Formats: sequence, C-alpha cells, structure tokens
Amino acid sequence: MHGEVVVCVPAPVLTQRAVLDAIESRFPVLGGTIRDRRTGKRRAFIRFYACEQDLSNEPPDAPLPDPVAKAIAAGAEPFLVVGAMAGG
Amino acid sequence: MTQVRVLAGTRKGAFVLASDGKRDKWSVSGPHFGGWEVYHMKGSPADPNRLYASQNTGWFGQLVQRSDDGGETWQPVGNDFSYVGEPGTHVWYDGAPRPWEFKRIWHLEPSPDDPDVVYAGGEDAALFRSANGGQTWTELTGLRLHESAPVWAPGAGGLCLHTIILQESRMFAAISSVGTFRSDDDGETWRPVNSGLVSEGIPDNDAEVGHCVHHVEAHPSRPDTLFMQKHWDVMRSDDGGLSWTEISGNLPSDFGFPIAVHAHEAETVYVVPITSDSLHYPPDGRLRVWRSRSGGHEWQELSAGLPERDCYVNVYRDAMSVDTLDECGIYFGTTGGQVYASADSGDSWAPIVRDLPAVLSVEVQVLP
Repeated sequence: MHGEVVVCVPAPVLTQRAVLDAIESRFPVLGGTIRDRRTGKRRAFIRFYACEQDLSNEPPDAPLPDPVAKAIAAGAEPFLVVGAMAGG
Repeated sequence: MTQVRVLAGTRKGAFVLASDGKRDKWSVSGPHFGGWEVYHMKGSPADPNRLYASQNTGWFGQLVQRSDDGGETWQPVGNDFSYVGEPGTHVWYDGAPRPWEFKRIWHLEPSPDDPDVVYAGGEDAALFRSANGGQTWTELTGLRLHESAPVWAPGAGGLCLHTIILQESRMFAAISSVGTFRSDDDGETWRPVNSGLVSEGIPDNDAEVGHCVHHVEAHPSRPDTLFMQKHWDVMRSDDGGLSWTEISGNLPSDFGFPIAVHAHEAETVYVVPITSDSLHYPPDGRLRVWRSRSGGHEWQELSAGLPERDCYVNVYRDAMSVDTLDECGIYFGTTGGQVYASADSGDSWAPIVRDLPAVLSVEVQVLP
C-alpha cells in the first residue's frame, strides 16, 4: 500500500483520530488495516509521522501540535501512515 | 479447449499458473499482491472466473480480494470479520483465558452453486459467510459459541479454522488443535465429531475436543466418507465423522499436513508424510507422495520426478489439490517454492515452477 491521498477532515480540531476517520471514510477498504476495528488502537507495526515527528503514541483524541496541524491543514506536509520498516 | 488453472497462494503473493489439458507447459502470472501472505485462493465452482483470495500481513492485517476475470484483475472486498457480541474467551498457551481476537482468514470456501456465496475460516477460530461476493461478512456464531469453545486452545499454528466442507445443508469445519465439527442445519448448530481420534497429551481418550486436525477431505460422490490427516495419524470416517479409524498402515510417517482424494476414485487417497512434529520435512530428505488405492492401510510410494535427496521442504495443509480431468491431475506446493504437478494420478511428477516464495495453498480449476 503506497500512495498519497487528499482528504477533507470535517472536524474543528485536527486530531489523529479525525484524520484517520476521514481516511477510512473515503477508503472503506482501509478499515481494520490501520487501526484495530474493535479497539480502535493503532496496529502494532503501523506508525504515524508528520513534520518529522513521530505521533504514533500520542493520544488519538489529542489535538495535533499546532505547527503540525497548520502544516497538514495547509497541505504543506503529509500525515504519514507507515508500515514499520523492519521484519520480513 | 480445456484449460487448467492452478491458484498458488504464497508467503509473498499469489500466482496463477495455467496450462492446457495436457498439463505439460505452464504459464505463470504474478505475483499478485506482492509482499503479502496469501493464505488461500479459490475459485467458485459456479463461475470459475470468480476467484477469492485471502491477503494478509502483520502490518496491515486482513484483506480479501476478488477477481471476476480469472485472476487478470482484482478488487478488494470486505474485510470486516467481527465476532458477534462479546467474544468471550478461549484458553491461551499458558492456560489462562484469552479473549477471542481476529488475526487472519486461513481458508475461503466458495459455494458450489452461487458465486456470490463464500465461507471463510478464521483465526481465532470462527466461521464467516458472505452472500454478496465478499462485500460483507457475517459470523455463523453457532460454532464459536459451542459449549466446548471456552476450553479450545491454539496449537503451534494458532487457533485457526482451516477446513470447510460444504455438502448442501451439511457442513464440516476443522480447527487446529481442537478437532472437526459438523453442522446439519446450514451452519446454525454444530457438534464435535472426533470419536476415535487419539492424541498424545490428551489424558482422556474420549475427549470431544483437543485433537489437532490438520486437514480433512471428502469425495463429492461419497459425502459420508471423510479422510483426515491429523497431527499424527491418517484417519477415515464412513459415517459422516461420527467415528474415525486409523488408516496409516505402511506409511513411513503418519505425520503430515495435506490429504487429497482422487477426483474419480473415491477410495484413492494421497498424503505427503513428514518426518515428525518437530522435523517438518520428508523422511530421509526424499520428497514423496504416498497413494492408497484402497482407502487407506496400504500405501504406495510415488517418487518419479520428485527429489531423491537433500530435500527438506514441507507441504502445508491447503497446498495439495486435484483436478477433474479424465486422467486426474494432482498438485502440491512446498515451502521451498516449488509447485509439482502429476497428470497421471501421481505416477509421475514434474515441477510447474521451482522458485516461488513458500507455498501456502494450491487449488486447481478445470475450465471448459
């Protein structure tokens, strides 16, 4: 799975959950591939990055750091969903 | 002109191998879904161009892919395999209760009559059904909610439902380290059918569950006759699973994973003996298929065209299949990436391909 997509995040505050909800809403096939369907937790080998920051373990409902949120909202920086680069 | 299509799921993608009815020259297409584990891929008997594939990685989890053109193109369909209600617990390796947790689909079994109906066997063990070509899945809860389920425990390969046999309203499902179950009402209710299985490590010889069934097959013309490769022991039942007897006979080892039945001879059975539960390779490094033409007990070693020495591969439970041509073809794939074919009921063998990733499953289709 590789590719860059642009989604509209219908939320007043940009959070990790809001971004991922928007991605899954537009691409339902990604349901369960990024977050566990039942618990909503990030799958173990998936990481989230933006603006050279590792956001993987940030609370999903916490607002993204202000400069990160601004950069993402402006389309200047991507919110990266990455399969951990280790393993076989 | 008759075409034979072999569907090979591997550790790093899916491959479609095709030949004419002679089965001596093959084309190879793939990898499809490169880098992903494809545990199983199977075509609909009702529409051979409708294929289903179970695609999984540790990173992104489970997807199901569907093709409507014989594997030329694919589209992802539904991957929501949710257990109904509070899933409860089974037993973990340390003996502690552990909540059911979906990990992957091991086996896809399309309906013989309707290309949009397909069943899926999951890990942790559960049976799912789709009636819309895989777009959505519904759990048949009667199996996972069987009264014995809280004591089910995974084997080394996980708590996987790996075998699904559809016989009109009767169904069989087999779960690793648990046993075989039968439903007589389209999967609504289930009962264990493991009487006669003897498993080391189970103190109670009459235990209903706890038997490590590796694979079960039945010939379409003899629905009451089932052949089973168990963790150890090759078994048969002639009463729809109600009782089992051992048929290992003169096999060099009765440990193995796959078992197959000849398309036209209901008493001709094939196994691939593996040295032991800890040595998952053929005895003496010689890859052999063994065939019984008498429904078990007496087995014949088939070696023509197979490696004579230094062969230490395994053949997984879903990696052996037969075609339905007049001269029945037998196929199997190995963990070394070879897919072998025999166009003469097993008398002689040749590799279709030699260097695929480890082969997880092999299914065959004959196209008119």
